[in-house]
Amino acid sequence: MALTESPSYGAVSRRRRDGGRALIAAATVLFFAVGLLQALNSAGVLPLGLKDWRPTLYAYLLWAVALGAGMVMMRGEAGLKALFILPAALFTAAMAIFPTLFGLSIAFTDWNLASFTGQKFNGIDNLLQLVRDPFYWNAMRNMVIYVLFVFVEYAIAFGLALLLNAEIRARKFWRVVFLIPLMLSPVAVSWMVGKSMLEYRFGPVARFARWLGVNNPSFFTDPWVARLWIEAMDAWVSIPFVMILLLAGLQAMPKEVIEAAKVDGASPWQRFWQVIFPLMLPVSITAIVLRIIFKLKLADIIITVTSGGPGGATDSVSSFIYREYRDRSNVGYGTMLAMFYLVLIVIFVTLLLKFLRKYMQRMT
Amino acid sequence: MAAEATLSAAASADTGAATRRLKHVAGKVGIYAALVTWAFVSLFPVYWTITTSMKVAKDVQLGHLIPWVDFQPNWLGWRSLGLSPDTIGQVSTVRDEFLDRFLNSIYTAFGASFLAVLIGSLAAYGLSRFQYKFLWMKNQDLSFFFLSQLILPPVVLALPFLVLYRELALLDSIIGLVLLYTLTVLPIVIWIMKDQFDTIPIELDEAAQVDGLGPWGTFFRIILPMALPGMVAAFILSLILCWNEYFFAALLTGSEAKTLPVMVASQTGSQGINWWSMAALSTAAIAPLVVVGVLLERYIIRGLTAGSVKG
Repeated sequence: MALTESPSYGAVSRRRRDGGRALIAAATVLFFAVGLLQALNSAGVLPLGLKDWRPTLYAYLLWAVALGAGMVMMRGEAGLKALFILPAALFTAAMAIFPTLFGLSIAFTDWNLASFTGQKFNGIDNLLQLVRDPFYWNAMRNMVIYVLFVFVEYAIAFGLALLLNAEIRARKFWRVVFLIPLMLSPVAVSWMVGKSMLEYRFGPVARFARWLGVNNPSFFTDPWVARLWIEAMDAWVSIPFVMILLLAGLQAMPKEVIEAAKVDGASPWQRFWQVIFPLMLPVSITAIVLRIIFKLKLADIIITVTSGGPGGATDSVSSFIYREYRDRSNVGYGTMLAMFYLVLIVIFVTLLLKFLRKYMQRMT
Repeated sequence: MAAEATLSAAASADTGAATRRLKHVAGKVGIYAALVTWAFVSLFPVYWTITTSMKVAKDVQLGHLIPWVDFQPNWLGWRSLGLSPDTIGQVSTVRDEFLDRFLNSIYTAFGASFLAVLIGSLAAYGLSRFQYKFLWMKNQDLSFFFLSQLILPPVVLALPFLVLYRELALLDSIIGLVLLYTLTVLPIVIWIMKDQFDTIPIELDEAAQVDGLGPWGTFFRIILPMALPGMVAAFILSLILCWNEYFFAALLTGSEAKTLPVMVASQTGSQGINWWSMAALSTAAIAPLVVVGVLLERYIIRGLTAGSVKG
């Protein structure tokens, strides 16, 4: 538990230091004792009449407080400094690390909430089933497609950022207008666009398509058309985010550079590709990486608009696992699917960042 | 305006200057045309939803678009929610349910944003000012540890939390949602606040220390007031994300702690729901955020661009 600056023991008296150490030790013992009693209770060995695991939760909170107090007693000023980061660290550990590890233990069981037999360890059965699950790999393939569309979103967002950075009147007004889709909840957008504007009889888009001469417009029967509309809705909500990042980049760019290019007689096209675009590369990469990370979580719109249909054509991994749980109560298998996805994501993002770092080094 | 400009350009004798001017005007027209086009794309769905909430069946079927021109606005949709002028004084179970969900959304969004900004700001200040060492991890690794939580997809946590919350009696509770939402926005808050604290000169801390303030006194008395704009930005951004969150709410809430997006989604799924009611519900669900977006745009942009531009 050395979460501190270079320790300056001299400032703290020996008694205080020992007191702090004892406090932390006592709290740790208490925490483990409560946890053990709870485990015995829920296993039926020691019926204490506890209905839930709340006591363990309270013991953890108590332990966290004792840890903080003990640190201050033991290390003085350095302990006070550690206190800044401690709440967030303990919170993340309890809310992200522990549940993920707990999830791993579920992932290797045949647990189904609908069946009467509880969870049973079944080794790598889930993993084998996953490898053979065509719907999972279909969802994975869709994710690749959705992620590739990030570059289209980026291109549109760059265009919009250039527009907003041009010499225009009422720049603030346009910026607010362009930002509005970002405020809207994907679920509301699902109805506003997916369920009503794209409705095949009365929706304005269907009407427009008919006016253009399309006989029976339908937006969610053909796999590619459906996928494109899901992507369009997601893009509509998220393009403002990328746009704002790029606009900030454009505004931070030194004006002299562009003026110099103008004086040199470069055409707007050349100015963009030879001056603006290279200078914007760092911001662009930040925007694209963040956007990809958010894209990998895509679920809400698919769940509410198509439920993955037609025939899984629009399914994302998250929406597929959501249904695996919601419709089939398949907790064990669903968790394995999620864990496998997490591993793939971590590998993918790590490689992406590594590659980008190398690429940027070569560029500069 | 464009035509006028073209005329005056043509009138000038110098042809070279005229073509350049023409090009300039064409460019301007193109820029404004593009702006109007994208403004239409951005606003039409919102416009469509608001107007549809005031249509009757006939107007929906005939595809009427402009109120007072091709259809008479009607309070039908709002009446079904119990929010029209003539029903607002009466008892309405639908309105009660809506208000209940609305309040749940407010509690969870504000609770989670507050908690995240609180512990996130503390951590960000620590990471910005002090040298930590935990096992092998130094400041940079600790920052990365917090930020890396951003890639954790909700689906990975959803099922474990379903089981854990059931054991902890936190399922279908606002507290449970607040804790989870705090987790999802914490990396973003730390990102924004670290950027904010890094821009405040460390000399201020040193001066405060000379005056005899400890690290906590320095933080609360000197640094915190200066970092307030960043905190507001982080808070508003968290608010938006929490208000719109659907995935966890759909899996972890039942009758008690249901939030607004869950209500909207469950209504969408049911067949035979009237367009006008749905439109009124959607309008009511997005209205608070549209207002926030218009009024506090400055802070939202500040939050979004934190740390991304080293200018």
